[in-house]
Amino acid sequence: MSALGTVIRSGVRRRRVQTIVIGLVAAAAVTAAVLGAGLLVASRAPFDQAFAAQRGAHLTVQLTTAQQATVPTATATAGPYAVMNVPFHGPEGMRMPDLTVVARPGPGGDVDRVELTDGRWATAPDEIVIGGDMFRVPTGFELTTDDGHVFTVVGTARSVSGTASAWVLPSAVDRLGGATGYQMLYRFAAAGTPAEVEADRAAVEAALPPGSVLGARSWLDVRERAVREAAVFVPFLVAFALLGIVMAVLVVGTVIAGTVGAATRRIGILKALGCTPAGIVRAFVIQALLPATVGAVAGAVAGNLIALPVLAETEQLYGSANMTIAWWVTLVAAGGVLTVVAATAWAAALRAGRLRTVDAIAVGRASSPVRGRWAGRLAARLPVPRPVALGLARPFARPVRTTAILLAVATGAAAVTFATGLAASLVRIQGAVEQNNADVTVEAAAPSQQAGPGEQSQAQDWRVVPAAIGAQPGTRAFYGVAQAPVTAPGLSDPMTVTAFTGDATWDGYLMVSGRWFTAPGEAVAGAPFLKAMGARVGDTVTVRADGEPVRLHIVGEVFETGSGVFISAATIPDMPPGEWRIALTDGTDASAYSEALNKKLGGGGPQAHPTGVEIDPLLAVVQGLTATLTLLLLAVAALGLLNMLVLDLRDRVHDLGVHKALGMTPRQTIAMVVASVIGVGLLGGALGVPAGIALQRLVVPAMAASGGLHLPDSLLDVYGPVLLAALALGGPAIALLGALMPAGWAARIRTAAALRTE
Amino acid sequence: MTDPVIDLRGVTRRYDDGPPALHDVSLTVKPGESVAVLGPSGSGKSTLLNLIAALDRPDEGTVTVAGTRVDTLGEAASARFRRAHIGLVFQFFNLLDDLTVLDNVLLPAQLSGAARKEARDHAARLLNSLGIARHADAYPGRLSGGERQRVAVARALVNRPALLLADEPTGALDTASGDDVRHLLNQLHDDGQTIVLVTHDLRLAQDCATRTIGMRDGHAEEER
Ligand SMILES: Nc1ncnc2c1ncn2[C@@H]1O[C@H](COP(=O)(O)OP(=O)(O)OP(=O)(O)O)[C@@H](O)[C@H]1O
Ligand SMILES: [Mg+2]
Repeated sequence: MSALGTVIRSGVRRRRVQTIVIGLVAAAAVTAAVLGAGLLVASRAPFDQAFAAQRGAHLTVQLTTAQQATVPTATATAGPYAVMNVPFHGPEGMRMPDLTVVARPGPGGDVDRVELTDGRWATAPDEIVIGGDMFRVPTGFELTTDDGHVFTVVGTARSVSGTASAWVLPSAVDRLGGATGYQMLYRFAAAGTPAEVEADRAAVEAALPPGSVLGARSWLDVRERAVREAAVFVPFLVAFALLGIVMAVLVVGTVIAGTVGAATRRIGILKALGCTPAGIVRAFVIQALLPATVGAVAGAVAGNLIALPVLAETEQLYGSANMTIAWWVTLVAAGGVLTVVAATAWAAALRAGRLRTVDAIAVGRASSPVRGRWAGRLAARLPVPRPVALGLARPFARPVRTTAILLAVATGAAAVTFATGLAASLVRIQGAVEQNNADVTVEAAAPSQQAGPGEQSQAQDWRVVPAAIGAQPGTRAFYGVAQAPVTAPGLSDPMTVTAFTGDATWDGYLMVSGRWFTAPGEAVAGAPFLKAMGARVGDTVTVRADGEPVRLHIVGEVFETGSGVFISAATIPDMPPGEWRIALTDGTDASAYSEALNKKLGGGGPQAHPTGVEIDPLLAVVQGLTATLTLLLLAVAALGLLNMLVLDLRDRVHDLGVHKALGMTPRQTIAMVVASVIGVGLLGGALGVPAGIALQRLVVPAMAASGGLHLPDSLLDVYGPVLLAALALGGPAIALLGALMPAGWAARIRTAAALRTE
Repeated sequence: MTDPVIDLRGVTRRYDDGPPALHDVSLTVKPGESVAVLGPSGSGKSTLLNLIAALDRPDEGTVTVAGTRVDTLGEAASARFRRAHIGLVFQFFNLLDDLTVLDNVLLPAQLSGAARKEARDHAARLLNSLGIARHADAYPGRLSGGERQRVAVARALVNRPALLLADEPTGALDTASGDDVRHLLNQLHDDGQTIVLVTHDLRLAQDCATRTIGMRDGHAEEER
């Protein structure tokens, strides 16, 4: 074996702690990088991909009768399929929201190739497949119609086009009371813009007998809805990914630099023995790369494994299968980390290799100057046990190393603070986007997919609803919602006006600026509406609702990702509420309340049902990842600290021996070592937490702004006193975590052997 | 008859391979005695001292010091034993460079939780009587070899140990400084301090020791 090989081998073996730390940190860095890439894949709004893969419907047309309209511009059609709106009961009579059930023979076809995510397609008239968008119903679950027909759930499927919330075989139509309408699905050669889709729609309508088209839905609207939520998340996910990668690189750099820097004396001796500087650099780069490579491989495996559930959730979310992290992402992550390792090792070794040999050998000798003695004197006066005072003064003796430790702890604390704040903001933003705090919703018995003109014939029924709700015990607050498309000159896409009857401010609407409307003619709007209209709070704009011009005085900006404007129902009198949202008093059961209210409302008319708890898999994923990433960052910071501490203690082995010879007990030794980092930990926390908060305050609004949104302060102010206290303890916690092992090692040092060194 | 301060019975200490560093050594030292251990390099002198100081444990035999069986003590207990009963002086001083002379001397007292004021007074007296009081606030790096060894002796004595152990206390000193330390140890012995010192320096042994022990290949032989 060559001399160089011997040096490398003994370096890897003897410096076991550093070898392990380099390996672990490299593993954590690659894991974080792969996870970050996973987040990016997950957030890359895979709607278009999934839509293409499923050959999604560009236009879904609702028909009164089963007929097929062929138009020359259509490249593919499917249907007509029978459609039914079915109020099912679950076990024990549990009422479920109405399902739009479509009857079709199978999931395939030319259009809307529904994807089974679980179970199988229906094979018998008493089987049903649930669309997983609304809620998850396990296979084997039994659903009962009002007529007592029982359907067994045999699978879960997704239609990116959102054509149905459940599917049955055509032979099951009779058991569901017959079709209430029919559905035709179209794909067109040109359907990229609203205008093209509108032209296609007009062609279809023209090809059918007048009055047979109930409504039609453009895929662009479906896409808008699907992408809207993800669009808010994407920037945050990117921020997370970058954070993980930056942190990992930083710590890898300091660990390597510290390790090689501490070997200066060894380098000096090697040079004295005739090793060339180039040989030394090579030896140290290889010495760092060996464990780093092992770590990188482990990290690549771990990162891909942890990313699996993330991607699975995302698949669920978008109904697309087989989302994977591209192999080259893993390769780039591992390669990047190894490059950082090699580069820092190279730079540090080069510096050490250039030192004059005599100086290098002198490094760390007893004759080297001792710094920070004033701190020692100061600490000696403190009313603490001597070992603790000795420890407290220690950081000042090695200012450079202390700064590195401080950096590791502070970045760790900042990262954790930032990550926590980001996650908390996300959760709040998510809540604010949904704007749904209602416990119970009252809707028409048979809501059609479109807000069509036909619905308004039910207006009579609706008059009785507010009185019934108001009289029902358990009602805390309620309001009515009516929605209609509005247009304005210069607007390419139609926007939505939402008219409230009653006070809706309790339902999650957050003001960015200005105030909520109080009088007819006043309105609040979200940033997208204001941007599209070129308006600001305080302006008056004119929109057309149902062809009629309406003047709206914008009095406030509300946090809203959709392009909506909100007014009092009194502003447009002929818009009766299509839905009532009710908040219940504490302790009122939503199901029981709904049952009771429905009895009062009678059958056939409006129906109350508990507002389903929205499952938000993406949010769960984001939170899970945040937790994982936070733990990784903590571990990496602690490892960086451990490495520094081990280097320091190794330098001081002899002094430790002297302490012990003079009667320092193992416990006192541990106290001394821990005390030597706890101050740095506190300071690191004190520096890192504000830095993390500043970062959150900088990044979150910037990210929101890139999505065209302004954030209300309440979405930003996420750090409560308890959370802050917990985060501030993060610094000392990192320090303690990193110090425990070296402290134990110091306490176990064999005194006689330590005294023999040097 | 008073109990011996040191009582070794059949002590053997083996390192990894080769012949044992100490082989079946028995030895007693009575209070007030001053014993010099002489012998060639590698004969096991330091090993013997380490065993007495509870820095190391024998493979066979028993070591009793100041009434305590030190060969069975755990880490914490041996540390406590050491600071209560043993003062150690090394060839290369082993002063802590980042502490002042006074703080070095105070350290053992502070480790054993002695009262602050009393410890300071005692340390000041020691520095005074050893003639290094004016260096109390200096750092060891600035002192001469002889002065450093005086500091080390002061540090060894601060807890009023029953036993002072010195391993080649003059080994790293020039002749003048060596004389200095020799006088100091002599004086301590006259004051009744029990001392075991390892040395190559025959003059030191003659001047300071009431008896000498010769070490050879791990065997101890009483001499006169
Ligand atoms: N920690 C150890 N591991 C292995 N061997 C050791 C250890 N300590 C001492 N030895 C060996 O034990 C033998 C006695 O060593 P010791 O240090 O006691 O000798 P000494 O008489 O003090 O020599 P010197 O006069 O050179 O200081 C030597 O051969 C030495 O190599
Ligand atoms: Mg020796």
